[in-house]
Amino acid sequence: MNDFHYAKASTAKEAADLMNDQPGAVYLAGATTLLDLMKANLAAPPLLIDINTLPFKGIEQTKDGLRIGTMERMSTVGENPLVVQEFPAVSQSLLLAASAQLRNMASIGGNLLQRTRCGYFRDAAFPCNKRQPGSGCPALTGDNHNMAILGTSERCITTSYPGDLAVALLAFDAVLILQNQKGKQRQVPINEFYLLPGDTPHRENVLEAGELIVAVLIPTATHAQHSTYLKVRERTSYAYALASAAVGLDVQNGIIRSARVALGGVGAQPWRSPAAEKVLTGAPANRATFQDAASAALQNAKPRSENAFKIELAQNTLVRALETVANA
Amino acid sequence: MASEWSPGSSSRRTFIKQTTGLAGLTLAPMNQAEPSAPGPTLVQGATELSLRINGRVYSLRAEPRTTLLDALREYLHLTGTKKGCDHGQCGACTVHVDGERITSCLTLAIMQQGKQITTIEGLAKGDQLHPMQEAFLKHDGFQCGYCTPGQIMSAVACIREGHATSDDQCREWMSGNICRCGAYPNILAAIREVASSQ
Ligand SMILES: Cc1cc2nc3c(=O)[nH]c(=O)nc-3n(C[C@H](O)[C@H](O)[C@H](O)COP(=O)(O)OP(=O)(O)OC[C@H]3O[C@@H](n4cnc5c(N)ncnc54)[C@H](O)[C@@H]3O)c2cc1C
Ligand code: SF4
Ligand code: FES
Ligand code: FES
Repeated sequence: MNDFHYAKASTAKEAADLMNDQPGAVYLAGATTLLDLMKANLAAPPLLIDINTLPFKGIEQTKDGLRIGTMERMSTVGENPLVVQEFPAVSQSLLLAASAQLRNMASIGGNLLQRTRCGYFRDAAFPCNKRQPGSGCPALTGDNHNMAILGTSERCITTSYPGDLAVALLAFDAVLILQNQKGKQRQVPINEFYLLPGDTPHRENVLEAGELIVAVLIPTATHAQHSTYLKVRERTSYAYALASAAVGLDVQNGIIRSARVALGGVGAQPWRSPAAEKVLTGAPANRATFQDAASAALQNAKPRSENAFKIELAQNTLVRALETVANA
Repeated sequence: MASEWSPGSSSRRTFIKQTTGLAGLTLAPMNQAEPSAPGPTLVQGATELSLRINGRVYSLRAEPRTTLLDALREYLHLTGTKKGCDHGQCGACTVHVDGERITSCLTLAIMQQGKQITTIEGLAKGDQLHPMQEAFLKHDGFQCGYCTPGQIMSAVACIREGHATSDDQCREWMSGNICRCGAYPNILAAIREVASSQ
């Protein structure tokens, strides 16, 4: 790990000023992504700006939903009664992530900005278009068993965000509040936050340099109250998803009035499926409908040499998640 | 920020920076700056850190990049806390900060000043082992013992959190602690016994 300077900001203005003064500085929240990357020599920032005491706190009921400050920890948010009751899938996505220890450290903001677990990205001895634009993508012809099958490009095929929370937030139309260095805030729907790899896999989201994620807003909805997050892994616990599904259904008299479907582990970014939602909406809540929805969700999948299994795995994951909600 | 500077030291390398307006990145040596000045302190190089561990205050001189784990082991010789992976993946380095379990390899010592840190050395009361330590002995909750301090620290927190009420729940909430000897059944038995006796 490189030597670096450290400063603790107590206001967003202090954080922004420090950022302004030191090119290449980065914000430091729970440190669980950042120190991991720095120890692997994948990042070497000259200054870490500790933002843990910024007032981006609180889990509050607002007029039309829930507002979660980004400095809240994954464990706190995952077990918060409001989150558990109004957004079970969000709670589950947090509590099925990482480990109890990491969840006590990791912040909501940091979670949304975690980096890919692609083994080539994480080993500086390999070329990687994401780490070093233009250097190539060894995963195309190499170990790609856990790579994405939707939204990839010939430049990068990894699941850029490998985590869980953003998948659930995407399903339920969350909005991020961002604040730039001048203190100006803007709202970005999470479905516009992450960028597909295309020709620029090193650009992963629309966050501007020095911009902070202040809070996450999630609108209350019946389909969010009746939701679940199903995560399928190579082992039972404490692993990233091979495939996951965040789903929500509003079923009345056996007919689906509204549906939300997002997939993790299979998209180059967290993957919402309007096609699956279209199949579900207005249809009877039964296995046949769920299977049709799963086929629609994966119809454009493009597997590589080792990850075709993910098509069926993701379909089955989605069907099971939908059945879980429908039968609850 | 008295803990980040030491007026008597001849090898001072701590600097303070006031983020006032256009001052930019001027680094004023600590002894020329107002210690009580507003704005964040820029810590550079080795400085005096103060950590409250197992009810005692420890001082050490370390760079910001020193992890809490390295501070414990390499600087304070509290070697009960183990380094397995150094990447948050194994749980061997588990300690409590303000009563919550964390992996000490993925946090900086400088971030943990002012907090109550508890390590495996702080569990026993003199010669009297903590019930969890007793239970690990009774149930053979280890083979090589390398993961054990982390397992025990995690287990104590797991019960306190209310996450050890069934075998399945306990397994799930202990999954952040890997045991390469595979002592899991005995670890589980030890934790469940302590949980049910409380
Ligand atoms: C072993 C291991 C297993 C894991 N498993 C999972 C898993 O199964 N599922 C899952 O979802 N995640 C998993 N994670 C990832 C983990 O959830 C993230 O590391 C964590 O959420 C990051 O949060 P942090 O506060 O520690 O971020 P930090 O490391 O402090 O920061 C990460 C990045 O975000 C930036 N940042 C942080 N907060 C803000 C903010 N408010 N505004 C702007 N920028 C900010 C930082 O500058 C930095 O670049 C795992 C991590 C590890 C180490
Ligand atoms: S898949 Fe993406 S992250 Fe992995 S090596 Fe290729 S370019 Fe790099
Ligand atoms: S050494 Fe910290 S988790 Fe492995
Ligand atoms: S006892 Fe050897 S690693 Fe657990």
